[in-house]
Amino acid sequence: MTADLECLNLTKRFGQMTAVDNVSFQVPRGSFFSILGPSGCGKTTIMRMIAGFVEPTKGDIKIRGRSVIDTPPNKRPVNMVFQHLALFPMMNVADNIGYGLRRAGMAKAQIATRVDAALQRIGLAGTGQRKIDELSGGQKQRVAIARCMVLEPDVLLLDEPLGALDLKLREHMKVELKSLQAAFDTTFVYITHDQSEALVMSDRIAVMNDGRFEQVGSGQDLYYRPRTAFVAGFVGDTNRWTGRIERVDGDELEMRTDSGMLMRGAVHGRPLSAGDRADVFVRPEAIRIAQSAEELAHFDNRISGRVTSTLFNGAASRILVQDSAGKEEIEVNLPQSGEFASLRRGSEIHIGWSGAQGNCFAAGQS
Amino acid sequence: MRTQAKLGLFLLLTPLLLWLSLLIFIPHIDMFVVSLRERIGVAEYRISPANYLTFINEPLYLRTFLRTAVMSIIATIITLLIAFPVSYYIAKIARGRARSALFLLCLVPFWVSELVRTFGWMILLRETGLISNLLQFSGLADAPVEMLYNDAAIMIGLVYTSMLFMVVPLVTTLESLPDDVIEAGYDLGGSGIAVLREIVIPHAMPGIVSGSIIVFMLSLGNYLTPTILGGKDSLWFTELIYSQFIVRFNWELGAAFGFLLLGLSSAIVWGMLKLTGQSLEKTMG
Amino acid sequence: MIPSIPQPRFLTIAYTGYVVVFFFFLALPLMVVAVFAFNDSQFPSLPWEGFTWNWFFGSERPMIGVFHERPILRAIGTSAFVAVFVSVLSVGVGLSNAFLFNRYRFPGQNLLYVFMLLPLVIPGIVLGISILVFSSRMANGIWDMAEWDIEALRPGLVLVILGQFSFIATIATLVIGARLQKFDRTLEEAALNLGANRLTAVRTVTLPYLMPAVVGAFVVAFLMSFENFNTTLMLVGSDAPLTIAMFDRLKEGSTPLLNAVSLLLMIGSSCLALLMIAFQRRS
Repeated sequence: MTADLECLNLTKRFGQMTAVDNVSFQVPRGSFFSILGPSGCGKTTIMRMIAGFVEPTKGDIKIRGRSVIDTPPNKRPVNMVFQHLALFPMMNVADNIGYGLRRAGMAKAQIATRVDAALQRIGLAGTGQRKIDELSGGQKQRVAIARCMVLEPDVLLLDEPLGALDLKLREHMKVELKSLQAAFDTTFVYITHDQSEALVMSDRIAVMNDGRFEQVGSGQDLYYRPRTAFVAGFVGDTNRWTGRIERVDGDELEMRTDSGMLMRGAVHGRPLSAGDRADVFVRPEAIRIAQSAEELAHFDNRISGRVTSTLFNGAASRILVQDSAGKEEIEVNLPQSGEFASLRRGSEIHIGWSGAQGNCFAAGQS
Repeated sequence: MRTQAKLGLFLLLTPLLLWLSLLIFIPHIDMFVVSLRERIGVAEYRISPANYLTFINEPLYLRTFLRTAVMSIIATIITLLIAFPVSYYIAKIARGRARSALFLLCLVPFWVSELVRTFGWMILLRETGLISNLLQFSGLADAPVEMLYNDAAIMIGLVYTSMLFMVVPLVTTLESLPDDVIEAGYDLGGSGIAVLREIVIPHAMPGIVSGSIIVFMLSLGNYLTPTILGGKDSLWFTELIYSQFIVRFNWELGAAFGFLLLGLSSAIVWGMLKLTGQSLEKTMG
Repeated sequence: MIPSIPQPRFLTIAYTGYVVVFFFFLALPLMVVAVFAFNDSQFPSLPWEGFTWNWFFGSERPMIGVFHERPILRAIGTSAFVAVFVSVLSVGVGLSNAFLFNRYRFPGQNLLYVFMLLPLVIPGIVLGISILVFSSRMANGIWDMAEWDIEALRPGLVLVILGQFSFIATIATLVIGARLQKFDRTLEEAALNLGANRLTAVRTVTLPYLMPAVVGAFVVAFLMSFENFNTTLMLVGSDAPLTIAMFDRLKEGSTPLLNAVSLLLMIGSSCLALLMIAFQRRS
């Protein structure tokens, strides 16, 4: 079955600067695909190329197997939800949603029915006559999406649409977008710098940096099996140390960090050898806390130290532990099940983790 | 603190109220009163609508009045049609340095007096002027061509002299239209014409109305350009007012003419505002 | 439509061509006036008889240059004199109005604002004759009552200044008001917090912020006053400002002297306007 969207060797150069560097990917029909990356990585440029507002320097874009590179933006079967929504301020809600249908030459009565159905679907029935500036942030969001969805596009592009919403609303919209996508069975292409949005909603995610895709995969792939140092550092929280590899033994390796700690990590098939400088990443939730050192005897890495601060954040609470040499502060997840409720600043604590949890990459890659 | 605030309010209100009452309201009321006077003897007057009746009964006056109004409307429309594409270009298509440079270039003719501008067109259009010579030189005419002293010349002069006052409000309103709203219009399937009709023009409406009001008013009340560029057959109503005041010393009739001009101007301004659903504060304030 | 939307090529070329033609016709009359200021002939038209500076500096008949033509020089002085007064008055009242509408709330405020905008929709000539009629009636009345002839109320420079001021004050108010609208009130609050009283806070924090708009309003008022014709025409007495003087000359028959004066006007106004832009850019 042909993919809904296919980009082949997409490149965009602005003068000397390369914004998008030879990017290729496929998005299967009816899936939710996200491009995740920091500001300035080129993800907006890719989106605007797909929509037709930027001409690629090289490469091709195919929708349902047909190249659209020469098609102007108003004729492509793609619609876009803009970052600042771009609702038409001079029209009311109903006219905004019906705009595309008017352009398609549909009869007035038919447009009215479709618009009412769309309003019903997004939970704003009866608000057709309201002006745009009377709506709340979340309502405007839904109108912007409905405006595109009535046209039943092959691909819907979303440019960081949740940025202007407050936290609770954003969480709610993530769930709504996902169910909207399933209900309409449209292909969504979503760009964001917020990894939680990408992880929660997407079937597949592409992590982008500096014009290139670092890794494409499911949320679990990116989180547990990052392939580059950038992905390891960008997706999820992590502790990170730089140092020199002292010994490599099969999949295990031993390195000494610049601050003097001896650490065990995992090679995971990367070309690392003794003497190389390397970065090692360990997730806070992979580290175990214990009141006595014996409980952690089976872990490759064990550190005894003091708690320097406790960061309460509900289920995502953390503590910062400083090792006895006083050199490093390690961020560790604090389980809220009650046994560590007595931990305070200055408490003595033991932490440990297995070497397999320490992802190691050659230094200088991110 | 309350009394201090009240004192401040009083102090700031005084210049405004003095200005508006002494220079605007009372003079116009007085002008209206004068227009209702009829001279029946030396330094003897009585209240009567005689002046207005003279206006209605004398075909020259009424005809000139209507002609002035109609030609001002035409001049406004022509100015709008010419200025809109240029304003759009400056606001939306030119970028960065080019945009400020082009906008500045539009302002240059208006740093000089209207006299200079009209004088320039005089040199161009008269029979010993540049265009006439060009036509003779290229063989398109056998003798000097007189292009001045007719309605077309007045129209050219009026449109030229009003151009800035249409461009500035248009550029200001068009600049406030976000680019991504236009892109959304295209993205949802609109053609250039549809986007223009449904998005650009409604958004630019306050600027269009503001510019049109100013241009219409300037044309209606213009004395200089019609006098210099027009001939005996192209009388402008302001010339009638001038002659009544300065030449004939018939201030009563002149005042009546002035009031009629004011009435027409206000009526059309009010009508334009109502028609397009705008208000004075929104367009001019 | 905008650079990010592809257009057919010929449309782009035609559009750009239109804009170029527009600017050409915008500059054409001015270029023509400027060029013929140097024509060694009695008429500002073809044939071109040679290049000369005489229309500026010449001192013998029949080519008396601008700088030797006393009446014209006097007219320029009169115009400048009037313009300075009009600008100072307009900016002063404009500043007061801007603060009034921005800082205070009182009943009838919206109506008063509309009244303030009215001078912009009154034809200039009507402004002129209304003031002429009113002041003359007042002068006549006072003469009848007290045999006291008030010069200022007869057609002359005082009336010209007041007539021009009556609508330029509105423009000054709008220019300054627009800038005051954008002012961040918390800066004034910070000044109060640091020990200034209200008046000092305004003087040391708000007024410097308003300076570009005040200068801009002054320059705009100056230029508008200098080139005003319709209102001035009805109120002028024996001292004629430049526009009236040039108009009288034009009716007698044009000589390149007028071109020379026009070119000086063009240069003068451009310098003033460029100065204002440079000042605004700096702040």
